[in-house]
Amino acid sequence: MTSIPVQGRPEQDVRPRPISRRPTGGDAVFVYSFRTIGASVLIITGGIGVFLALQSVPTLRHYGPEFFSVHEGWNFSTDQVSVASLLVGTVEVALIAIAIAFPLSVATALYISEYAPPRIQATLISAIDLMAAVPSIVYGLWGRDLIQPHADQVAMFVDRHLGPYAVHGAAVGRLLVVMVSGVVIWVTLRWALNIKSRWAHIPLVVGAAAAVALLPVTFTVNADPNAANISAQVSSFQKSAFIAGIAVSMMVLPMACAIMRQVFSQTPAGEKEAALALGSTKWGMIRAVVLPFGKGGIIGGTMLSLGRALGETIAVLLIINQVFQIKPNIFETGTATVSSTIAAQFGEATGIQLKALLTAGFVLFVITLVVNTLAAIVVNRSRSGNETS
Amino acid sequence: MTTVLDRDDAPVAEAPRTFIPTRRSDDDVPLPRTSLGVLPLENRFLTWGARVAALGLAWVIVDRLLPVHGLGWFVVIALLCNVVLLGVGTLTIDSPIAMTDRVVQWVVSTAATVVFLALLTVLFFIFKRGWAALHYWNFVTQTMHQTLPDAPYNQGGVLNSIVGTLIEIGIAVAITLPLGVATAVYMNEVGGGFARMIRTVVEAMTALPSIVAGLFIYSFWIILLHEPRSGFAGALAISVMMLPIIARASDVVLRVVPGSLREASLGLGASRWRTIWHVVLPTARPGLATALILAVARGIGETSPVLIASGYATFMVTHPFHGVMSSLPLSVYNSVIAPEPQAVTRGYATAAVLMILVLTLFVIARLLAREPSPKPSLWRRIRRSFSPVRRPAAATSALPSIMTEESE
Repeated sequence: MTSIPVQGRPEQDVRPRPISRRPTGGDAVFVYSFRTIGASVLIITGGIGVFLALQSVPTLRHYGPEFFSVHEGWNFSTDQVSVASLLVGTVEVALIAIAIAFPLSVATALYISEYAPPRIQATLISAIDLMAAVPSIVYGLWGRDLIQPHADQVAMFVDRHLGPYAVHGAAVGRLLVVMVSGVVIWVTLRWALNIKSRWAHIPLVVGAAAAVALLPVTFTVNADPNAANISAQVSSFQKSAFIAGIAVSMMVLPMACAIMRQVFSQTPAGEKEAALALGSTKWGMIRAVVLPFGKGGIIGGTMLSLGRALGETIAVLLIINQVFQIKPNIFETGTATVSSTIAAQFGEATGIQLKALLTAGFVLFVITLVVNTLAAIVVNRSRSGNETS
Repeated sequence: MTTVLDRDDAPVAEAPRTFIPTRRSDDDVPLPRTSLGVLPLENRFLTWGARVAALGLAWVIVDRLLPVHGLGWFVVIALLCNVVLLGVGTLTIDSPIAMTDRVVQWVVSTAATVVFLALLTVLFFIFKRGWAALHYWNFVTQTMHQTLPDAPYNQGGVLNSIVGTLIEIGIAVAITLPLGVATAVYMNEVGGGFARMIRTVVEAMTALPSIVAGLFIYSFWIILLHEPRSGFAGALAISVMMLPIIARASDVVLRVVPGSLREASLGLGASRWRTIWHVVLPTARPGLATALILAVARGIGETSPVLIASGYATFMVTHPFHGVMSSLPLSVYNSVIAPEPQAVTRGYATAAVLMILVLTLFVIARLLAREPSPKPSLWRRIRRSFSPVRRPAAATSALPSIMTEESE
């Protein structure tokens, strides 16, 4: 039979013991001392941004909005200082680097994770890590003395045969821009953002229309051989943004490749085997399973490497010829990036000039920060799904 | 069909019996087993045939047809011919789907080969160009003080830069290792809103361009505090650059320490600090060492922070606070922009010394990070093969072999 327990004891005895997450004794010392260390690291690292921002106030007060004007170069002696030409050079070099590094890193990551024999996989991963550890000045030397004698020939060839299009008027250039950007927007919408609705095809149609419009213009350009400003000297194609971009691409490639490989290797094996069992070829399996799964890693890795390419200093400084103009032709000699300008000029700079360099550094810092934060968000989002399993 | 009807007509008395099926004549030749993972013979022939044909075709095109010459064009045209021949050849014996597969495989493998070849050319090129100066011992035992830039290679060296780099990186490690690991411990083991904020800021700061780190130290330490340019300032600039890298890498390492280990330790009554000191950090030790060494490899090779904060000198400076302390990457930079060819060669040799340092660190990091192999190490296998002790026979099971090892 059931017996009801007799409640003989007073109630205050069964009151639950107080539980608190507040550390006591040695743990309190531990928690508070480590919080202090964390705060100091926060001050050191976060302080850079604040410090640079404070330093840019007098610069902006002195130069005003002209500091971002596209009509002025970077000339301390005439006090005409504008960061625009530096930013254009920085972005040019970084985009060339990404254009070279992106296909190579995707292919290398796919090769390591899907095609390579299992015996050499670990070696290849180590080789990529080693590539990331090679100092940037070594890549700068490699680009200047080994690649440049060949790359300037390529640059001259391309400039001779594609240059006339750019020379022959803004119409061709605009059509080309419309065509390329139409295709790029279409790919981004369809693949990266996964929008499958009908209006997403509009950019492709626009791009195709531009391509059709380009054809007659192209023929008229070819009909006039004297339209090109062909310069015979190879030297006018050296020390350009293109060659600096090649060296920087080698620097950012291992970083992008490592991230992509990591994401590719996390593809669920079951889905890959299912695709193969349904009769798909290896490429079919990669297109249907691995690439959609690794989409976040591809985008994020590319953006992280873009962030690093924007800040690259010494390799660019070794290769380029410092010219403070906005140059639309990437093959032409002479360009300037923010970081290489700082490295070249900080020694002679005094007073407001140093502040101007600091402000340029701050602008660069903000740009890389934005790019990297976006990349980190993309990469983290792509991995958050499968970490729970 | 007809046989079945015949059977029905047959007398019932005949008991059902087993028929041995007669072999069809074409079954007599056994089909070769399909080998998975290896391409069929005709595809292998096609792979090699396309390669050989591409080389020949490229020679014809480059040397006989086109006005362009040179190895670069030959390689480019050979690659193009190879992929076209491979695609067309596969299409003749197989479907378009198979053709896409083969072409993509070719593109992916070729791109990967290009990348690894590029790495090899980087390493080979640096050592080849620097060898003329590198193979003299005085290159690492003397300094360039009182030696002209165009002096012969058996005079002068970069000892001051090696010492300067080691001092600077030593100071930087002494600053960043405790701070970085402690920050990672705080982010992982204490947690909370403040820790999340620190993690966000640290992750953002890994993006800091190294030149900006140098510029920060220059304007803060040298202009604001009126300190001279020195090795310590260079070390500070490297620290600012390395600190977020170490903190983030240690954070990743600490995150993969199994939570059950922590819970077991806490459940046995250890305090949180004891748990971290005796359980979490020892478990993560190889990973932390790898993170540190890879960050050091990054920090050693960075030129721009030391270019701004530390400066370059040709004589030996060992005091971190007094005098302009030279370092290897900066020495490379200053040598290779010089007009004298000897100076450029010395710059390459210095870069080779830097690469040797980085490679050594890298190999150490790999050895530390490697999981302990179940096989006995090479050294033990060699020693055992020379030892006179009787080894267990290969055919015996695992249990006796353990017992013999114990009895030895």
